Amino acid sequence: MIEVHREICAYCGCCVSVCPEGALELVDAYLDIDTNTCINCGLCVRVCPLGALEAKK
Amino acid sequence: MKREYDVLVVGGGPGGAYAAKTFAEKGYSVLLTEKRPAIGVPVRCAEGVGKKLLHEFFKPEDQWIAAEIEKANIIAPDGFKMELEPERAGSEVGYVLHRKIFDRDLVWQAAGAGAEVQVKTRAVSPLMENGAVKGAILEQNGTSHEVRARLTIAADGVESKFSRWCGVDTTVPLREMETCAQYLMTGIDIDPHATEFFVGNDVAPGGYVWIFPKGEKTANVGIGVGGDRCKPGNRPIDYLNRFVKSHFPNGKTIELIAGGVSICQPLPCTVADNLMIVGDAARVSDPLTGGGIYAALYTGKLAGEVGAKGLDQGDTSSQKLMPYDKTWRESYLGKALERNYQIKEVFVKLIDDDLNAIIHSVAKMNMSDFNTLNLIKNIIAANPKVALKLGKAGLKNLIDSF
Repeated sequence: MIEVHREICAYCGCCVSVCPEGALELVDAYLDIDTNTCINCGLCVRVCPLGALEAKK
Repeated sequence: MKREYDVLVVGGGPGGAYAAKTFAEKGYSVLLTEKRPAIGVPVRCAEGVGKKLLHEFFKPEDQWIAAEIEKANIIAPDGFKMELEPERAGSEVGYVLHRKIFDRDLVWQAAGAGAEVQVKTRAVSPLMENGAVKGAILEQNGTSHEVRARLTIAADGVESKFSRWCGVDTTVPLREMETCAQYLMTGIDIDPHATEFFVGNDVAPGGYVWIFPKGEKTANVGIGVGGDRCKPGNRPIDYLNRFVKSHFPNGKTIELIAGGVSICQPLPCTVADNLMIVGDAARVSDPLTGGGIYAALYTGKLAGEVGAKGLDQGDTSSQKLMPYDKTWRESYLGKALERNYQIKEVFVKLIDDDLNAIIHSVAKMNMSDFNTLNLIKNIIAANPKVALKLGKAGLKNLIDSF
């Protein structure tokens, strides 16, 4: 499970473009994660410029 | 909002706005949608653009320009500063824009030309029929609207999803996603007419730190780091904070901007049946500099011109739209993207000693004809060790790309 720390996220969309499954979407100014599609690869967690995403077991 | 248009443009950045304007000027009914409540905000850009390149499209309005840039300085990892004067800096001599105003004015122009604009309106899925795009489902105010269009323009930026939903894979490899953070700072001691680029693996691995002035004592101070180099404690924001602490300890931050720039090759194909992809969504930002304003304007305008021909003739199949793809690839833009991709592939592998050697050697060069090919040739001649390291394959690619 990927958790979004909304207090850190500055909604830039960096994570959305690296997601191989298209599981992330930047809706207006918040990030939406489709947990059914997400494969927990963690690429979004790695690429975030601010460290707003966290992989939770 | 009507139920049917000739053209639906998804995304109100420079690419979408310029496409919408071009179609509207030719008399087509156009709907431009922007998912955010306002155009141009939040900014996700260092806001620099080449003067000559911008002038290809218009004479810029005074209110767009935050600063005029006369020279560029490149700072090596060892602190050595190389100055690129106008005759040597090429298209890097340019403007730093106010994107908030610039983007909004472009949409304003599109509206003035006759395009309809809807903000806080998000395309949530394409309408697909027999594999062809026939418009989109738009969400606005909690209501879904089915909007049909003869031609749809995907101008939805770096986080593009629309073309993906239409079957085009737009995923950017991690190592080719430049992850960025920027502060708009004031009260800092800078040259208001010079951009500065700091390179080095301690400062910005796989990228660079930029200082782009926006007037006296004010600048965008930002950093891009290769996605694969980004780690907890060493994310762009961490590098940026360290840089600011050592260079501008008394500066004041008045805005935080995060962002991502793709530094990959452009999409293998930027058209499909009734669909054209422009700007960052097409992955046409510059792999070396990260710049994308010119590419968005160029592809947006070209999409308008080629798309209009298709509409005129009642045929917007991918085959009919293909001249769009072919034309931009063969243009100055396409060639620059290809060349800068090859240079970027070399640049991201250089260690600091190589970077120091290269920058020192370039500063000593007395080139009357300062073009990129000459520059590369001279770098190779002056740095045989670096050249050796790059290997025959890498060098051949580089030379072939000119």
